This record gives sequence, structure tokens and C-alpha cells, in this order.
Amino acid sequence: MLGRRSVLAMPFLARAAFAQAAARVLVIGGGFGGASAARALRRTDPNVDVTLVESSPVFTSCPFSNEVIVGLREIGQQRFGYQGITAAGIHMVQGTAVSVDPPTRRVTLNDGSVLGYDRLILSPGIDIAYDALPGYSEAAAEVLPHAWKAGDQTLLLRRQLEAMPDGGSVVISAPANPFRCPPGPYERASLIAYYLKTNKPKSKLLLLDAKDTFSKQKLFMSAWAKLYPGLLEWVSLSDGGKVVRVDASTRSFETEFGSHKADVGNVIPPQRAGRIAVVAGVTDKTGWCPIDPVSFESRLVPGIHVIGDAAVAGAMPKSAFAANAQAKACALAVVRMLGGAAPVEPRLVNTCYSLVAPDYGISVAGVYRPVNGLLTDIEGAGGTSPIDAPPETRALEAEYANAWFKTLTSDVFA
Amino acid sequence: MMKLLVLAVVVSMGAVGFAAEPPPGATTCSGCHGPSFMPVNGRASADLSSGMEAFRSGERPSTVMGRLMKGFSPAEIQAIAVWIAEQK
Ligand SMILES: Cc1cc2nc3c(=O)[nH]c(=O)nc-3n(C[C@H](O)[C@H](O)[C@H](O)COP(=O)(O)OP(=O)(O)OC[C@H]3O[C@@H](n4cnc5c(N)ncnc54)[C@H](O)[C@@H]3O)c2cc1C
Ligand code: HEC
Repeated sequence: MLGRRSVLAMPFLARAAFAQAAARVLVIGGGFGGASAARALRRTDPNVDVTLVESSPVFTSCPFSNEVIVGLREIGQQRFGYQGITAAGIHMVQGTAVSVDPPTRRVTLNDGSVLGYDRLILSPGIDIAYDALPGYSEAAAEVLPHAWKAGDQTLLLRRQLEAMPDGGSVVISAPANPFRCPPGPYERASLIAYYLKTNKPKSKLLLLDAKDTFSKQKLFMSAWAKLYPGLLEWVSLSDGGKVVRVDASTRSFETEFGSHKADVGNVIPPQRAGRIAVVAGVTDKTGWCPIDPVSFESRLVPGIHVIGDAAVAGAMPKSAFAANAQAKACALAVVRMLGGAAPVEPRLVNTCYSLVAPDYGISVAGVYRPVNGLLTDIEGAGGTSPIDAPPETRALEAEYANAWFKTLTSDVFA
Repeated sequence: MMKLLVLAVVVSMGAVGFAAEPPPGATTCSGCHGPSFMPVNGRASADLSSGMEAFRSGERPSTVMGRLMKGFSPAEIQAIAVWIAEQK
């Protein structure tokens, strides 16, 4: 015990004094998970050499992109540069990681350059599983956008809605679990319904779902009945909501029960962990990455940690809030492991806000700890906003949702 | 109260080895609280812990803090308050 305590007391001093060079941590993916992890590493131990690899020179945030689709925000408000990250002493490398060699602990980028690491953190987010939905492809997404990665796709869906005449029909398809942002499809449907009610009131919105239940369902459905009666129709899996094929040439969605033709079609498709996770060998047959919930180290390849949407994080949803919380816990664990110490059991938190209308916010929260190798909900904590809250509470939560976005994006990018 | 506080400091330091390392859950506050929203860093630990406790018990109404604080024990809340009070 005494021996362990003294090692823990000076892990960095010990390494700085005896090691040849500072420990190198390489982070792949400069989104909510990766950029947060890079900063948390520097904050925890300024001696660690941190490199962040990101394909894009500017990050475009998915949270609040549903507001962009319906004209409540502009895409510029979603964009964040990496100057703050560089100023925090992180080596920023613009490029795409294309291969990982765990035995030699080296990563190769698309330009052929090679980066070594002592520990690797992957936060690559999601890839669209085009092969999992017949008829859908990158080309089809130019007609039937997914808008599940923010940027051009977000703007395409916005232009299509703006161009649609009053009386048109919008169709959205939502995938089976698991997928990025469980309440996201329902927030999107709500805000599109708000847009139609305000601008094109003779139009209809059909939400075809591959599930019978969804996040904050009671709250969403009671708000829809009140705000958008007759405009928004949700079709559950049991009622034939599962889309089995799409056809971009006719903009139609085929279910087991029939076919629906759209004027504007939004396919929220099946997803899997970003490609680099597959290449690194950290995905299992589900397409996602099993991890140890204390250190976020891969269960499949030692030395590689996975956070954010790509990870199987038990009861934690795939959210930006969760990615940020996991990043901070993972950074602490990585610094301890670099110093030869055991990681400490983390306590994690998530909160997902959704806007049902601009002044109508609802939330779901959770507090999590590792139980039997999985991040598990702490009973009695978390849960959703009350079902019977007055309008002032909904307005307050809409305000807090905006405040959350501002705080989180400054925490990560400022 | 004082005893609890001392205990919490000892527990948090014992668990992490050195004072700068956050106790479990303490890094999640900055997901919502920051310079632009109800800053908490650097506030007196006694104020922080009594505020968090009041949310936890429901004595102080809240939209989300009550739901979050129910996931922490009084000792954990105390340790978080001590750490947050030291942050800039
Ligand atoms: C419409 C919508 C609304 C949402 N709303 C919310 C919300 O209100 N609240 C919330 O908490 N969450 C929300 N989310 C979810 C949130 O966007 C994700 O959970 C979050 O982005 C996950 O973080 P991540 O780090 O795993 O992935 P990302 O943030 O996607 O970051 C991954 C990064 O890795 C980069 N990358 C990938 N592969 C490589 C490679 N090989 N080399 C280099 N770089 C690479 C990508 O370019 C990307 O920048 C929403 C999502 C959607 C789609
Ligand atoms: C999901 C966002 C969120 C997270 C995470 C969060 N808070 Fe809060 N906090 C709020 C909101 C919103 C309020 C206002 C009360 C309410 O409606 O819940 C608040 C209020 C408070 C207050 C009272 C502030 C005042 O000026 O009166 C304190 C203290 C506080 N939080 C501390 C914390 C601590 C410590 C943590 C981390 C353990 C934390 N909060 C995590 C959102 C959050």
C-alpha cells in the first residue's frame, strides 16, 4: 500500500526523471470526444505530448443542426476551428488516419506520414452503414439526405424544405438502436413540424420508425398532440414503420406494409463506428467498440482507448455530452496508466436536451458507474423532465439547452 | 459538517494520490457550467455542497440538478465541492 501510494504521488515526476522522452498520446478524431480528450490530457498532465489528428480543418457540430435545417440558426454558428486546441499546446495534424499497427504502436495517415504513440485514443464518431439499407448510397443521399453528419447534408435538407410547396409531404425514417443521438430524430421531426405549421400549414410529416419505443417518448408525444395535431404522424415498428428499402429516383420509402412517396425525404440510416475503428481491429461483429468502462481501453486491442459514439458505453447514449464526459474520464485513466498506476472508477453523467419548439425544451439525464464491466444507470438518479410541467419550465429548459451548447462548445473548442 | 469536510478531503486525496486530480464525477460539471452559465469554479466549497445537497433532497427546486445529484452520496458531493472550489 505504501509503495503504491508513493508511486501514485509522483507518477509524472518519476517518468520525467527517468524516461527518455515525454509519453506520447495520439488522439484520432477532433470532434466532441477527441478534442475534449486532447484538452483534458494537457490539463491533467502538461508533460504529456498530445497530438490530435482530424480530417477536416473546421468542425461542424451536429447538436443544434436540427435548428439550422428549419432556419432557426445558421450553419456558421455550428462551425468551430482548432486554434484554441493549438493554443492549449496540442499538436494539431490535419489528415485522415488510414491504418493502425498495434504491435509497433504506429498510425499511418493518408499522406503517408507515420505517427507513433504510447497510448492511442479513438473518437472517430460514426459512419453511415449504406450497405445496411437497400437502395441507400452516397449518391442517393444527395436526393434523400441523412443530415446525420452536419454540414452540406444539413444545408441540402434545409434547401429542400424551403423549396417544397405548401401541401407537400415530408417523410423521415428513423433507424433501430443503437445510433447517434437517440432523441435526435424526434427533435428533428418536432422542429420540421414547427417549420411546416408556421410556413406551410397544409403540409404533412410522416415519421417512419424501426422501433416501438424511443427516447423521451411520452414527452415528445404529448407535446406533438398539443402543438402539431394532424400534422405529424409517427408510425411505430408494429404499425409497419420499418423502412426496408428506399428509392431515390421516386423519393419513396418502402416498408413491409406499403410504400410512401415523399416531396422531401430524410433517411436517418443505420450506422456503425467510424472506419478507422474497424481498421484498428477494435470493433466487434455489431460494428461498435467494446471497452473497459473504467479506462475506456478496448477489450480487443490493448493500448487503444475508444470514446464517444464509436464505443459501446452500456447505458450511456451516443451524445456529444457523453463523448465529452467520457473523454475527461478516459484522459485521467490514460495519464494514470502512463504513470504505471491503476485507473480509478469514474462516475459519468449525461444530459440530452431536445427542442420540441423554439421555446419548448425537454431533457433526459443519467448518472452512470461501471457495474459488471458495463456503464450502468444509477437507480433513482436521472430520468426525464416531468410530463406535467408548466410552459415556463419548458421555456426555461429551452434556454438551458442553448446555454449548454454554448458552454460545451467553449469547453471543447475555445 | 467540519468533520465531513475534512473526511472528504482525506478520502479524495487518498483515492487519487495527489490533490489536483478530480474526484469521480467532478469533471462533468464543466459540461454545463462555465464562464457563460452559472459559473461554479472557485466558489466556496460550503456553498457548493449545501447547494448541491438542496438540489439532491428537492428542497431547492430545479430542472435538472436534482436528477443529477441523486446519483451522488453526501460524501461524494462534498469531495466534488472541495475540488470545484479549487478550480479557476
Ligand atoms: C441531428 C443531431 C443532433 C444532435 N444533437 C445532440 C444534442 O443536442 N446533444 C448531444 O449531446 N448530442 C447530440 N448529437 C450527437 C452528437 O453529435 C454525437 O454524439 C457526437 O458528435 C459524438 O462525438 P464523437 O467524438 O464520437 O464524434 P464526432 O463529434 O462526430 O467527431 C468525430 C471526428 O472524427 C473525425 N474522424 C473520423 N475518422 C477520422 C480519421 N480516420 N482520421 C482523422 N479524423 C477522423 C471526423 O472528421 C470528426 O470530426 C446530435 C447528433 C445529430 C446527428
Ligand atoms: C446538464 C447540465 C448541468 C450539469 C452537468 C451540472 N449542472 Fe449545475 N446547474 C444546471 C442548471 C440548469 C442549474 C439551475 C438549476 C436547475 O434548473 O437545475 C444548475 C445550478 C447549479 C448550482 C446553483 C447555481 C447558483 O448560482 O445558484 C450549483 C452550485 C451547481 N449547479 C453545481 C453543479 C456541480 C458541482 C455540477 C457537477 C457535479 C453540476 N452543477 C453539473 C445544469 C447543470
